[in-house]
Amino acid sequence: MIQAFAFYLFAAVVILSGALTVLSRNPVHSVLWLILAFFNAAGLMVLVGAEFIAMLLVIVYVGAVAVLFLFVVMMLDIDFAELRSGFVRYGFFGLLIALVLAGELIVAGGAWSAGSLELSQRAAPASGDLQNIEAMGALIYSKYLYIFEAAGLVLLVAMIGAIVLTHRERKDVRPQNISDQVKRRPEDAVRNVDQPVGQGVEL
Amino acid sequence: MIGIQHYLVVSAILFTMGVLGIFINRKNIIIILMAIELILLAVNINLVAFSAFLGDLVGQVFAMFVLTVAAGEAAIGLAILVIYFRGRGSIAVDDVNRMKG
Repeated sequence: MIQAFAFYLFAAVVILSGALTVLSRNPVHSVLWLILAFFNAAGLMVLVGAEFIAMLLVIVYVGAVAVLFLFVVMMLDIDFAELRSGFVRYGFFGLLIALVLAGELIVAGGAWSAGSLELSQRAAPASGDLQNIEAMGALIYSKYLYIFEAAGLVLLVAMIGAIVLTHRERKDVRPQNISDQVKRRPEDAVRNVDQPVGQGVEL
Repeated sequence: MIGIQHYLVVSAILFTMGVLGIFINRKNIIIILMAIELILLAVNINLVAFSAFLGDLVGQVFAMFVLTVAAGEAAIGLAILVIYFRGRGSIAVDDVNRMKG
């Protein structure tokens, strides 16, 4: 009973906030609705016992991706009113395609529940006596170790790519030149003079 | 009782919402990226629901990889957006074809 109530609550909020993400007028509000959608999707995943993915969703999506979106939206000075023109013109076509897609997805779901798929083969059956996170760890670090490493490589390439894309050499600023500073010796900078009394120092 | 069909319906609606978002915000690439994130979230809900109801953990492992790719895609997409904005002062998708080369 309480599970059904929680499911309907999370599902309603995730759908509502998903709709408001794509429909809201202000992109900052869009990002905030997106964060709400991620939180409630994490709740849905906790309900079926996938705690690890739920926590990952909160940490990675809310903690990193959504904040990155928020940074970019707030940092760039963009005229969003101009970008909204054509909303209605594209809206009709988009709604048509979305309805067709929704119909197809529901038909596909119905075909699955009719049950013609043979599901006797399990790649990694979940054992009842392990916690979800423990079982996931045992699986990732043994059977799927190389794929896990490849995922790390994907993240590394994405990081290097983002840095290479956004890095620029600026001509109009004078940054600190550390090698020049380190190379400078006391002989170049300091001069000892035997200064006679009553005369100015020759610089 | 909540079955797998409930989860499939939620993720189907969310997926459709993401596709609709791409169409109605055709000029605003930030919202398009967010709609792609919504689509990937719907896919993840689907994977996790099947994984849980069939008792097979591979779905959750795969959902983790989808999440990894989504994070990388968001980072690269926003980096491209930033350099595009730096060069043109606008992010209208209509004249992205100037980016050639």
